[in-house]
Amino acid sequence: MAKIQVQTTINGEQLDFLCDGQQSLLSALRDELGLTGTKEGCSTGDCGACSITLDGQLVPACLVLAAEAEGREIGTVEGVAQGSGLHPIQRKFLEHAALQCGVCTPGLIVATRALLLKNPNPTEAEARYYLAGNLCRCTGYDKIIKAVLDAAASMRGESA
Amino acid sequence: MESVRYEAPNDVEAAVRLLAADAGAKVLSGGTDLIVQMRIMNRVPTVFVDVKRIPRLSALALDAKGLRAGAAVPAARIYENEAIRQLWPGLAEATDLIGSSQIQGRATWAGNLCNASPAADSVPALIACGATAVVAGPKGERRVPVEQINTGPGKTSLAPGEFIVEFEIPAPAPHASDAYQRLIPRSEMDIAVVGVGVALTLDAGGVVTAARVVLGAVAPTAILVPEAAAALVGTKCEEAALERAGQAATAAAKPIDDRRGTVAYRKKISAVLTKRVAKQAYERAKAR
Repeated sequence: MAKIQVQTTINGEQLDFLCDGQQSLLSALRDELGLTGTKEGCSTGDCGACSITLDGQLVPACLVLAAEAEGREIGTVEGVAQGSGLHPIQRKFLEHAALQCGVCTPGLIVATRALLLKNPNPTEAEARYYLAGNLCRCTGYDKIIKAVLDAAASMRGESA
Repeated sequence: MESVRYEAPNDVEAAVRLLAADAGAKVLSGGTDLIVQMRIMNRVPTVFVDVKRIPRLSALALDAKGLRAGAAVPAARIYENEAIRQLWPGLAEATDLIGSSQIQGRATWAGNLCNASPAADSVPALIACGATAVVAGPKGERRVPVEQINTGPGKTSLAPGEFIVEFEIPAPAPHASDAYQRLIPRSEMDIAVVGVGVALTLDAGGVVTAARVVLGAVAPTAILVPEAAAALVGTKCEEAALERAGQAATAAAKPIDDRRGTVAYRKKISAVLTKRVAKQAYERAKAR
């Protein structure tokens, strides 16, 4: 079977790539397109490290086939920063030291952005439940949740 | 590995042809079971038939008769719909319990049903609400009550070439509502030890006129328990009626021992949850 040609939009930019039918979108992003911000953790949809948005919906890129991306809009961590300026979520993760090894961080940032688009003012419990599928094995979750809630406040214009 | 064929048909007939032509072809909607099975069990389909480009499979339509939900609509689109949450709160909550936020962006009712895990959360809730699956295949379409789709763990009554196109859920009567709860060892992202779905219809005086009680994770498939439903009909879900419904649930449960729970524990919890969920469905129905 020949390779499949896919034309898609990633972080607002139209891109083409070739893939195998069984290849994941995660693999296509990293290995065909060089977009290595999206991390591979478990590859079975359990850890959240490869969180992206597909037509606005938060999904694990490991459980999406690359061929499915034809004509869709993909959002990855590379598209979160605004030009050379960090997004408030990224800034708050740094300020709160909400990361250590960093493998879970891109997924957490993409998932947090999806959460705050739906719910700009989440309670701590809502944030913890929404992000329950993003596993972190270094920092623990307290700093991450503090960063998320502070980023939410900042984006609502309630703090610096 | 050779590249596996990937097809994304635009209509039901083309999908049926692809599935009927090749026994190794598999329906791809959310992929949260199919792609995992390919990766960790090396179960690789010969053709992926991605059904998400078929307009009927991605549509949600609500009218006075009820809900028509395309089989490829992901969980998040269902439980985020305010009208669905109002009309079928238990079904919405069950759908919101499946996996993580990320998984809910992909996973579907049809996948939860056809993967045929006895512990699938949306299945008891769908059955409680009287959902019907519209199944397409080489001989055309047929309508199948959801409780007739699963025949055992990992097994369905769908014939080769058949797949679920959409679900029909009848609108609840004026004083009717539903509830679903499950017991899990953690507080999030786990598999039900027992799950219970209940849908109740009341008369204007608050007496139950119709009931459906469904248990999950305590038999090879989700099971309707008519004896538990009968214990609630004609009552106002007083303690004695709830107790009888719980006893009927314990009697109907045919669970297995595994690391999540023993037979005795699951039978006991079947009663506890049946009482709790029936009470919740009753309060909701009364408030409508």
